[in-house]
Amino acid sequence: MTVDLFLLQLFTGLALGSIFVLVALGLSLIFGLLTIVNFAHGQFFMLGAYVGAFVLGMTGNFWLSLIAVPLAVGAVGMLCERFLVRPLYGRGIDYPLLLTYGLGLILLETVRILAGTQGIPFNTPPVLSGAADLGFFFFPKYRLFLIAITAIILVALWLFLERTSYGLIIRAGARDQEIVQVLGVDVGRVWLVVFGVGVAIAGLAGVLAAPIRGVFPEMGVPVLVEAFVVTVVGGMGSLLGAVVAGLAVGVTVSFTSFFYPEMATLSMFLLMALVLVFRPRGLFGRAGLLG
Amino acid sequence: MSLRLTRRSLLAGAGAAAAASPFSFSIARSQETPIKIGFPVPLSGPYSSEANDQVRCAQLAIDWFNEGASRKAELVVRDDKLNPGEAATRALELIESDKVDFLCGSLSASVQLSVNQVASKRGVIYNSISQSDTINEASDFTKYTFHEALNPHMTAGAVARYAFKNAKGKKVAYLIADYAYGTEMLRGFRNVAKETGMEEVAEVRHPLGTTDYSTFFPRIQSARPDVLVVVNFGRDQLNTLKQATDFGLKQQMQIVYPVILDTQRFAGGFAPFEDVIGGGNYYWTLEDEHESAKRFNDAYRKKYPDQGVPSAYGALGYAGVYGLLNGVKEAGGAKTDDVIAAMETMKYDAYKGAEYFRKCDHQAVQSVLILKAKAEDKMRDKWDIFEIVDTQPADEQFLRTCEELGHKA
Amino acid sequence: MVERSATAGPPARTRPGGPAAIGAAYDFVDRHRVAIAILFLIVLPWLTPYKALAVNILIYGLFAMGFNLIYGYAGMLSFGHAALFGLGAYGCGIPIAKFGIPWFLALPTGVAVAGLAAVAIGWFATRSRGIYFAMVTLALSQVVYYIVFQMVWLTGGEDGLRGVSVPALDIFGLELSLLDPTAKYYLILIAVALALWLFSRILQSPFGAVLEAIRENEKRAAACGYDVNRTRWAAFILSGLFSGLAGALYAIHLSIVPIETLHYFTSAEVLMMTLLGGMGTFFGPFVGALVYILLQDVVTVVTVHWQLVVGILFVVLILFFPRGIWGSLLHWLRP
Repeated sequence: MTVDLFLLQLFTGLALGSIFVLVALGLSLIFGLLTIVNFAHGQFFMLGAYVGAFVLGMTGNFWLSLIAVPLAVGAVGMLCERFLVRPLYGRGIDYPLLLTYGLGLILLETVRILAGTQGIPFNTPPVLSGAADLGFFFFPKYRLFLIAITAIILVALWLFLERTSYGLIIRAGARDQEIVQVLGVDVGRVWLVVFGVGVAIAGLAGVLAAPIRGVFPEMGVPVLVEAFVVTVVGGMGSLLGAVVAGLAVGVTVSFTSFFYPEMATLSMFLLMALVLVFRPRGLFGRAGLLG
Repeated sequence: MSLRLTRRSLLAGAGAAAAASPFSFSIARSQETPIKIGFPVPLSGPYSSEANDQVRCAQLAIDWFNEGASRKAELVVRDDKLNPGEAATRALELIESDKVDFLCGSLSASVQLSVNQVASKRGVIYNSISQSDTINEASDFTKYTFHEALNPHMTAGAVARYAFKNAKGKKVAYLIADYAYGTEMLRGFRNVAKETGMEEVAEVRHPLGTTDYSTFFPRIQSARPDVLVVVNFGRDQLNTLKQATDFGLKQQMQIVYPVILDTQRFAGGFAPFEDVIGGGNYYWTLEDEHESAKRFNDAYRKKYPDQGVPSAYGALGYAGVYGLLNGVKEAGGAKTDDVIAAMETMKYDAYKGAEYFRKCDHQAVQSVLILKAKAEDKMRDKWDIFEIVDTQPADEQFLRTCEELGHKA
Repeated sequence: MVERSATAGPPARTRPGGPAAIGAAYDFVDRHRVAIAILFLIVLPWLTPYKALAVNILIYGLFAMGFNLIYGYAGMLSFGHAALFGLGAYGCGIPIAKFGIPWFLALPTGVAVAGLAAVAIGWFATRSRGIYFAMVTLALSQVVYYIVFQMVWLTGGEDGLRGVSVPALDIFGLELSLLDPTAKYYLILIAVALALWLFSRILQSPFGAVLEAIRENEKRAAACGYDVNRTRWAAFILSGLFSGLAGALYAIHLSIVPIETLHYFTSAEVLMMTLLGGMGTFFGPFVGALVYILLQDVVTVVTVHWQLVVGILFVVLILFFPRGIWGSLLHWLRP
């Protein structure tokens, strides 16, 4: 393996990892605060792609769809939280998990009914299509954009959590919910926002992935599994873990694809099994959480 | 009241609903019990649009038979959910409860093999309409097994002969979905590669259902092939082509598919498919050459005016049912052994020129089309997506021999 | 540990108070639960639209019952039970299809293979708790899926295993054809009935009591001197044996083993059935399998959007009937 090839494979892995990071972020955020394992996460990803394709079809503007998707999908997510998930708080983790599983089926089938089963085209925006010369090799511009926008979303999320009063409450709530409640904060509203934000990021990931993976009803199914692997490897509820593990899984899959291509998917699960055996809480998981 | 009764009334309700839907189940009006053909296809799930077109086309074959027939035929459609276990259960239902005379259908290798097991054991003829080499082999084949679809060996062979002859250089790389369909196609390509002196520079097997193919590209690009053979199906096909276009693979090498899917080109936009070469059992412009294709297309346009032209997979639904009913016509009845004997000897022209079933393995000997995806600016209308660049004639020399398949001469 | 206070455990023997008639009926059903369950299963094929569907209900009911041992009774949510069901199916199917071994040897082989897998998976998995337990079982079952997928020469890979032929059984000179749907149903019922009886005995044993003690309060159970991890492991293995038996019967029923038996969707399905019927109840899993399979079969005939119906059913059930159908019924009837 030459240096050029090594770098290309590494870069490809990082671009792949960017999508992993985005889908795992939302899942981890929701789990970290709400201790809800959102099994409909992949379907919100799919919903994002469909909303994006719809907005793109109406306006012809890719950037507009990037703004509209998180708003629309976040709104749907908040509705789901308010009317479906909320009654289940405090009833353990399996009930919400099973509820969101059912919710995922409903979302999937609804999209099939509304938009058909065949999938719809989603072209790469012209300004981002084609390849850029990175010195060592040519790399698709869109994938570079994907790495960049993931970084931007991470910074924005970090600012939201660290620099806003909402973020403060969320962080406090993640540490100790009772104290926050005692301090008179309306925890219900915080949860609503967190669920909305987590799901909105999943939707955004969906529309960002659309030019690469296409738009079709079943696109969220493998995503759920990928997001889980990343979240478990990183440690459930840890945002830093989601980022590190997302990139690590992307690079692992990428190099496995080079040396043992048929093991590419399995490598993810092997990594997860390894981490769980040696570090059962994941790389950055907190002790005590659901222990 | 038992659930059985409930179900009957439900079925009647479903029949009424279906009559209003694009495909209606024909209801025989004659006094005799109708000839029933069980038709399990994946109506729900990722291939539902293909499956629905198969039902539409199969119904056309029923109409063709019923015209002037004293004993009518009828299609009993079931959803196999693209799952072999579900398909086997449905096949049991069709045989034991609906008492069908024949079975036809399936869209995946594993589903057809499971239906074939169930049907063969119970002495029911099954005409499979999905690709597989295995079903022709002695271990799975029984005298009740018929295979109307192309098989990977003949498809890959036809495409390889065309693509390798017209290649710019001698280097070939393979990107193969890691399952039976991929392996069987790869075997077909390699046979021809050996004959034509192609040099294999890379073989990459990707897991089934991969969504991002980019991680497989560096190895392929560094091998600098002139031809890249990709073997995967459905949405995997669309995604691979989309991503290969982004990574500039198409400028560096000719991309070749054993089977190129019209339905995926409609679903994914036209650009990713541009200039890709692939095989196919049918493309609607065959009507310029064949009377039977014209007849089939016209019947389709007349019955389903909103659907455009039949898809290649839909056409297989037509041919599968046509083959069975043609056998019934020749045999003068629906008795299993008579129909087998008739199908083994008959020549039929369902939709693409003459075909017949080879006696030893019941494989339909038929032509294979080589298609090239037209550039978007060359398309006359939305249905004008492929060009037939070559045709491999119907000939047993393109099949594996009966001995190779394990059949005693 | 996950709290599961909302769950109805297996009912206690006697409960004073309440209307006497209902109480007596309840006690009667409870005391003769195995016999009544078997009686119901004997008439089942006459209630379903076709016999093959009744066999599926029987097999998935057994599978869900095995799953219920760890989910309902021990409070461990496994997402990897497809591995145990699937390995039971392959473990029974491969000897028949590839080596021509008779069914009465192949069937226990399948159970044993699943049991061994449960020993291994359980050893890793029972060291973690809650959602991590679910994830470890999922990861390990995926590993099993890929290994079986790759061993094409033995398992048939993606094509599935074919040729699991048991055309006729010779039982003490009595020839029974498995091609006859009624005979097949009752033969499989014999195995399921034995499993039901055994399962009931396990629940009544001290082991069953320890299991529930651990579910309700792990720390207290440990303080009482029970080896919590060993008990959980043992429960996982027992659950694997029942799941494996279900898988082995599935192979014989369909004469094929699809790779889909090992898919995580199978794990999700058995979870749905258990929940639908009522986790932690003796007969709930069978009720769940019955309703789930029957509903899907009927809905599929009417609309291709059967997943919408299943999804809505699920959401409604979780929100309004968390005890499941059978569990809610027991709860209402309980004196």
